[in-house]
Amino acid sequence: MSARAAEAGAEIEFEEHSLENGLRVVLSRDDRSPVVAVNLWYNVGSRNERPGRTGFAHLFEHMMFQGSANVPEAGHFAFIEKAGGSLNGSTWLDRTNYFETLPAHYLDLGLWLESDRLGWLLPAMTQAKLDNQRDVVKNERRWRVDNQPYGDWDERLQAMMYPPDHPYHHSVIGSMEDLDAASLEDVEAFFRTYYAPNNAVLSLVGDFEPARALERVRRFFGDIPRGPAVPPIPGRTTLPPVLGAEVRDTVEQDISLARVYEAYRIPAYGTDGYYPALVAAYVLAFGRASLLYRTLVRDRQLAQDVVAYAFPIVVGASMMVSWATARQDVDVDELEVALSGQIEALATADDADIERAVALIETRHLLDLQTVDERADQLSMHATLFDDPGRINTELERMRSVTAAAVRSFAEQYLRRENRAVLRYVPHAGAGR
Amino acid sequence: MRAGTAAPPRLPPPVPVRLPAVRSHRLGCGLQVVVAERHDLPVVDARLVFRSGAAGDPPAVAGRAFIAARMLDQGTAAFTATRLADEIETLGASLETHAGWDSTVVALHVLAPRLDAALRILAEVGLRPTFPDDEFERQRSERISAITHERHDPATLAGKTFAAAVYGPRHPFGAPLGGTTESLSSLGVADVQQYHRQRAAAGNAFLVIAGDVDGDALVPALEDLFDGWGEMPPGDASAGQADANGGGPAVIVVDRPGAPQSELRIGLPGPPRRTDDYFPLLVGNTILGGAFTSRLNILLREEKGYTYGAGTRFAFRSGGGPFLASTAVFTGATADAVHDIVREVGRMGREAVSLEELDRARRYLTLGLPQHFETTGDVAERLGEVELFGLGAGYHEGWVAQVEAVTAESVADASARWLRPDALTVVVVGDAEVVVGDLERLGTGEVHVRASG
Repeated sequence: MSARAAEAGAEIEFEEHSLENGLRVVLSRDDRSPVVAVNLWYNVGSRNERPGRTGFAHLFEHMMFQGSANVPEAGHFAFIEKAGGSLNGSTWLDRTNYFETLPAHYLDLGLWLESDRLGWLLPAMTQAKLDNQRDVVKNERRWRVDNQPYGDWDERLQAMMYPPDHPYHHSVIGSMEDLDAASLEDVEAFFRTYYAPNNAVLSLVGDFEPARALERVRRFFGDIPRGPAVPPIPGRTTLPPVLGAEVRDTVEQDISLARVYEAYRIPAYGTDGYYPALVAAYVLAFGRASLLYRTLVRDRQLAQDVVAYAFPIVVGASMMVSWATARQDVDVDELEVALSGQIEALATADDADIERAVALIETRHLLDLQTVDERADQLSMHATLFDDPGRINTELERMRSVTAAAVRSFAEQYLRRENRAVLRYVPHAGAGR
Repeated sequence: MRAGTAAPPRLPPPVPVRLPAVRSHRLGCGLQVVVAERHDLPVVDARLVFRSGAAGDPPAVAGRAFIAARMLDQGTAAFTATRLADEIETLGASLETHAGWDSTVVALHVLAPRLDAALRILAEVGLRPTFPDDEFERQRSERISAITHERHDPATLAGKTFAAAVYGPRHPFGAPLGGTTESLSSLGVADVQQYHRQRAAAGNAFLVIAGDVDGDALVPALEDLFDGWGEMPPGDASAGQADANGGGPAVIVVDRPGAPQSELRIGLPGPPRRTDDYFPLLVGNTILGGAFTSRLNILLREEKGYTYGAGTRFAFRSGGGPFLASTAVFTGATADAVHDIVREVGRMGREAVSLEELDRARRYLTLGLPQHFETTGDVAERLGEVELFGLGAGYHEGWVAQVEAVTAESVADASARWLRPDALTVVVVGDAEVVVGDLERLGTGEVHVRASG
């Protein structure tokens, strides 16, 4: 913890425990509001999917809301909403998380629901539930990807940035064909392989007495048996530090504004090399004083909007993605040249640009930590990915200690043509407006 | 099988809600200031709110409030736009200016140690914008460019088509908040500047500050910052509201050949924020489509698998605003989903909701209240709503009792008034060739097909 952040009162206190069945538990008392966040990270994501079952980790997440031995179908949502809580789950490349925020004195309810589906999910599984949620997920894919301008960009960029045998090569949402192929046997096998207390972290943040909360956690989760050792991530999990050659693709869509995506391979999240990349993304496109906004949107009026961010992913290498949407009638080649040029120019960025980015990161970080659900999610994340929930307190210092020289040197090393994928969306040839 | 802990835990009775202590103060210039102190984290949210928004734009000048709000930080007496962005972001702060239907907001997020410098910029943006020509042209052409994109975004297209159909060409709500190509093309920088001058007065604004501040020390500083601001607007700022005249119920299909999904928007004009029916409608909407376990989401998602999600809401603007059901369903399910939504909307006023549903909705709302006050941004927004709509001191303190007083009868009664199935407008953005026949067979209304381009 840096002296400055400690002075600012932002240090998050927590305690860490481990149950006999391997469940890791992080408890952080926070009595600012009479609520409690219950947050579970399972160390499984789309990266663990086998060939022919893309999208399965996410489909499985949906099945976790379909009831368990003692919770009726749709009961999970009904119990939480009746208690005034909010809840959801999400699946990403490296993890699947489940979370609810409840009035603090209803902690038991969250623990009971989460433990019932971790310990006793399979007795409640049926083909009808699977078929229903398969339809829901296919509609999610239509909504997010297929019926959305530029909607398949992450799927395309992942395939361009990671080789076919790397676990990030395919998207979280998966293909319609693979979703169709998913069976009840797959649900059972996936559950038995990955949904075990020894493959999960449970974080509680809110207005509770930690000793009592731990006793309640033991009561609800203690009977769940440890699972077998979790198999390693399939496929190739190491990568060269840079791509080696530019990869390009151009897609025609029913759009009127072209858009250029550029992705650069960067060091994996959590490594020292990642933080200059994170700061670089802020320098490029966070706020209206950022480089890309200033040059492409304001001065040259080539772009409608600009975005840049570093993915917090950990297997082999991460990526920094940037995009710019063209102004009406702006030529896509001109936009691409300008975008690449500005990104490469980060190698000569001013100190002031970098200091401003760090100041923005600091504010953003403290604002995020205002909510118990965000605190709980970050504790679970750091425990799951790095086996160190304490990184919630040191992460800001990692970002703050990035020097201007480190950002410039990162840019010189990584933000180059031979380390990028360029994905361009252009209106259908001959399309009218 | 699970032993010992198989049964759901019994929930203890609710605990009273703790709400932030609020202090109000009127500055010498007439500006109302609302302060809620909170010292757990060194962060502050401030919102300078003008009581004027896009509801005051007749359709011919749609987008005027939107562009005026965007222009506030595009140059002031002391700063160019570039310099201002640089100043604020070097503080690590964010300052956003935007227009809603009922208000124009300058919203600031900042760490407490940098509040003074950031507030100076906020006051500068609120009091002394200069509306430079070149910045205006940039904002306008950026917006026009964005509008060309919106024609290809099914969700935006559906929303705009719905608003135009329900409110018609003469009502402000019938045009997009951000304007149309036509309205923006005829808008001049002088129009925008005059619009702002007629509304930017201390008596037509208020300031909410929530977070790690010392209220006693803050007030004198604010007196200095806002010193000399005129209380009353110099001109007539009244908008004059036309009646909605969308031409009655209809089914409109905006054709997107080959679309894998249909975006659905179904609704009608709703009541103003200060309607006496507010709480029955809030509870009723929670049952109908305002929560995951609402009737529409359970039916269309969990039972039929037609969609990733379905929901409903009342806009509750000062001057009304629509009730709207929204979802995106796979193309083959379009007509059946429309049928279900129309039936469920109508059923709210025809049959009393079950006591189980009523109980769940009331608990969902009342027990969930603390989550709406979790961050300084939440607090500033909630307090801003009270001030903007004139909900009165003690509004949130009495909120739980108001929700608990809602009965099945009051829900049915309010729903019968506002959710009239014969007055619904149905908008479908999807593949006309596939969906039109089924929609005609539904008999909900005459089906009109339009091109999307």
